[in-house]
Amino acid sequence: MNFQLFLQNLANGISLGSLYALIAIGYTMVYGILRFINFAHGEIIMLATYFVYFGILIFSMPWWLAFIFSIILTSLLGMGIEKVAYKPLRDSPRISILISAIGVSFLIQNLSLVIFGGRPKAFCQPSIFTKMVTFGNVKITSITFITPIIAGILLYFVTYLVNNTKTGMAMRATAKDFDTAKLMGIDIDKIISLTFTLGSALAAVGGIMWGLRYPQIHPFIGTMPGLKCFIAAVVGGIGNIPGAVLGGFMLGIMEIMLVAFLPGLTGYRDAFAFVLLIIILLVRPTGILGEKIAEKV
Amino acid sequence: MWNKKNLYTGISLILFIIFIYWADNNLDPYKMRILILCGIYVILALSLNLVNGFTGLFSLGTAGFMAVGAYTCALLTMSPEMKEMAFFLEPLIWPLNQIQIPFLPALIISGLVSAVIGFLIAFPVLRLKGDYLAIATLGFSEILRVVIINAQSITNGALGLKGIPKYTTVYWSWGLALLTIYLMVNLINSSYGRALRAIREDETAAQVMGINLFYHKITAFTISAFLAGIGGALQGNLIRTVDPTMYVFQLTFQILLIVVLGGIGSITGSVIAAVIITVLMEALRVVESPMTIGPLHIPGISGMRMVVFSLLLMVVILFYQQGFMGQREFSWDWLSRKGRDNEQTIGS
Amino acid sequence: MNKLLEVEDISIKFGGLTAVQNFSLDLKPGEIVGLIGPNGAGKTTVFNIITGIYKPTSGKIFFKGEDITFLRPDQITKMGIARTFQNIRLFTNLPVIENVLVGQHLRLKSSWFNASFNTRSYRKEEKEMRERAFKLLEDVGLYEMRNEKAGSLPYGQQRRLEIARALATNPELVLLDEPAAGMSPQESQELMEFIREIRERFKVTIFMIEHHMRVVMGICERIKVIDHGVTIAHGTPNEIQNNDRVIEAYLGVDLNA
Repeated sequence: MNFQLFLQNLANGISLGSLYALIAIGYTMVYGILRFINFAHGEIIMLATYFVYFGILIFSMPWWLAFIFSIILTSLLGMGIEKVAYKPLRDSPRISILISAIGVSFLIQNLSLVIFGGRPKAFCQPSIFTKMVTFGNVKITSITFITPIIAGILLYFVTYLVNNTKTGMAMRATAKDFDTAKLMGIDIDKIISLTFTLGSALAAVGGIMWGLRYPQIHPFIGTMPGLKCFIAAVVGGIGNIPGAVLGGFMLGIMEIMLVAFLPGLTGYRDAFAFVLLIIILLVRPTGILGEKIAEKV
Repeated sequence: MWNKKNLYTGISLILFIIFIYWADNNLDPYKMRILILCGIYVILALSLNLVNGFTGLFSLGTAGFMAVGAYTCALLTMSPEMKEMAFFLEPLIWPLNQIQIPFLPALIISGLVSAVIGFLIAFPVLRLKGDYLAIATLGFSEILRVVIINAQSITNGALGLKGIPKYTTVYWSWGLALLTIYLMVNLINSSYGRALRAIREDETAAQVMGINLFYHKITAFTISAFLAGIGGALQGNLIRTVDPTMYVFQLTFQILLIVVLGGIGSITGSVIAAVIITVLMEALRVVESPMTIGPLHIPGISGMRMVVFSLLLMVVILFYQQGFMGQREFSWDWLSRKGRDNEQTIGS
Repeated sequence: MNKLLEVEDISIKFGGLTAVQNFSLDLKPGEIVGLIGPNGAGKTTVFNIITGIYKPTSGKIFFKGEDITFLRPDQITKMGIARTFQNIRLFTNLPVIENVLVGQHLRLKSSWFNASFNTRSYRKEEKEMRERAFKLLEDVGLYEMRNEKAGSLPYGQQRRLEIARALATNPELVLLDEPAAGMSPQESQELMEFIREIRERFKVTIFMIEHHMRVVMGICERIKVIDHGVTIAHGTPNEIQNNDRVIEAYLGVDLNA
């Protein structure tokens, strides 16, 4: 393999990685606050692509308006899911909330199958995302470098929000301790709701990027990215935003490189993320950037 | 009193066997198939309930273990000629292409292979808890599936196996289901069962009471994998074809639904729910197939059954977390309404 | 053997914080020894190290002459050390009788196979376990409640049950973590009687953490005082009551409470 091809793959890996990172943040924020896997995150990604599709098809929106429409609708949906399926279980054993999440995930998936049908649909491909761009010797489509740029801007925005605003402080406080946060006058219901909305908005952006990259959408496209991004979040250290970014990039780059360098293992591509997950959990169960929490006896 | 209970149990058992015999001779093949599936799902639900309900380990690996059991049993029971026909892309490796053994040893081997894989998987993943364990077992199940797709010369890859002999009869499925129920009831009421429940309630306290956590967890996990392997094998030799798309997460979801609906940690609940869900799964097939009512033609809507099932799961978990049984078990005392006053309530 | 437990110079660090520093202790068979100190002094941490839940950063622990420093908690329990918890950790959803039966599980001889097939030998062992459990529950006065859920018992009885559960493991040394916490003077008086009684009846050595000074002074033959992880005094109840450093550490706490 020559250097040029390596760069090409690297660019591709970074692009995929930034996409993973974007979605992984949603997981990590929700996990950070509620300590459970939002199994339905993948389905939120899937719905975001359908919202764009129908925005264009039914309301004849221009693509950019359809994107905004989808992000707003997806955010509201995320908020709604939390209200209906998770909020009533906040005092139940964590296993119940996990089961509920699995239920929501299957419900959305199959409801989509019923409503949208199983036949794949073509996602819009505005020409600005499909142009070939040449950097020196490396030829890539514009989506490959637009993805990391948009991801970078959003990451900056989220990090700023969490670290430098009052709302962000409330989020961090809620993540540390519900009861104390409540005593400090934080409306934790509002904060949790906001976290879901924000996480879903990021998932929507991720979903749209996903659609631009792999422009065939069907009701099951959310499952794999959903699981992989959860893995990215765990690898980086769940609950930790820089960790989710790191995990996302690691997974994206490693996956692309695996296929590029060991084409014989292409069939195992989807299993790779799980292998990585299991290795990380064994070597460092709290993830690369996660803190170790001692159990109180 | 104790003898009376044994008598009741004996009579019910005989009545049930008579029912099975009657069903075998009178019901049409479609209904028989549902009845057989009920028995298989009882085994699968008990397998999942042993780890999820009694030990408190949230595992989502059932589909993977079922796949291992089904493929093993299929490869052991198919005739060499059938195998040669199925493996036209890449031949099956020796000695699997020559072997053909009877159903019973094949079933046992299927369970054992699944148990060995379960044991190996448990080593790394049982260091994890809660959600992490769930996602890791789900991950292993997916990895197994990917391996099956890619190991062409053993599993025939995405093509799957066809022409598996139909050995699974109602006697096999319900015979093994009853045996599983019997063993599970004994196990759960034994000192080991108490140790598992103690682990579920409070790991640290259980460990301080001298219970070796890892040993007990890994044993429960391995037994569960064994049962899932048997269940998978029975199912494979019933529907006569296996392929990797059968063993997706949705399969685990159905069994999880049974366990949740019946009551997480109740054998009785799992048995009842297994029968209900299996029947419902078939009954709801109607909504997915095309219908013509008078001049109106409604095309089949695939996915509708799963919509109903996911709604059912959500309703149970949101409004009725105990399921049918909570953690309670059936006892003949229910009939005499003396439960609490009885000396031998627990463990009888 | 005249030393049952020897703790040699153990220290434990959590990150930069030294929770326990150079703690040493010798217990002779049949003693009742107390461990006191202000909140956050590291008392429960000492218990957690002895029972194997935490591993010390340095130091060694010997039980009946054997090094148990790096054994798992279940192995340590098997050797004969049982404990209770400060914030009662019963198996609340299990009946009282099962809590006690769980305590006997570590001595079980039957295999999983025998248990699953409910063989004659298993039934015999189960019967013996039940008989022992009934006896134990009678001894601690909980026989009548044996089929109640452990979590539904009144607080004082939960404490008793936790001690009974610890005794079910057939220990030689019992560590009690604040057994009198939250008890009325009347109840703690009964508890003192109870602790003396179990020492006689079960031939156990007792090492206890306690805040109720009346209880500690009333039944402990020796007392160790720690503050900020450091041992500041050691002696008979009388010596401790008159020790200036102890009074200083407890400043603001009424010693006669």
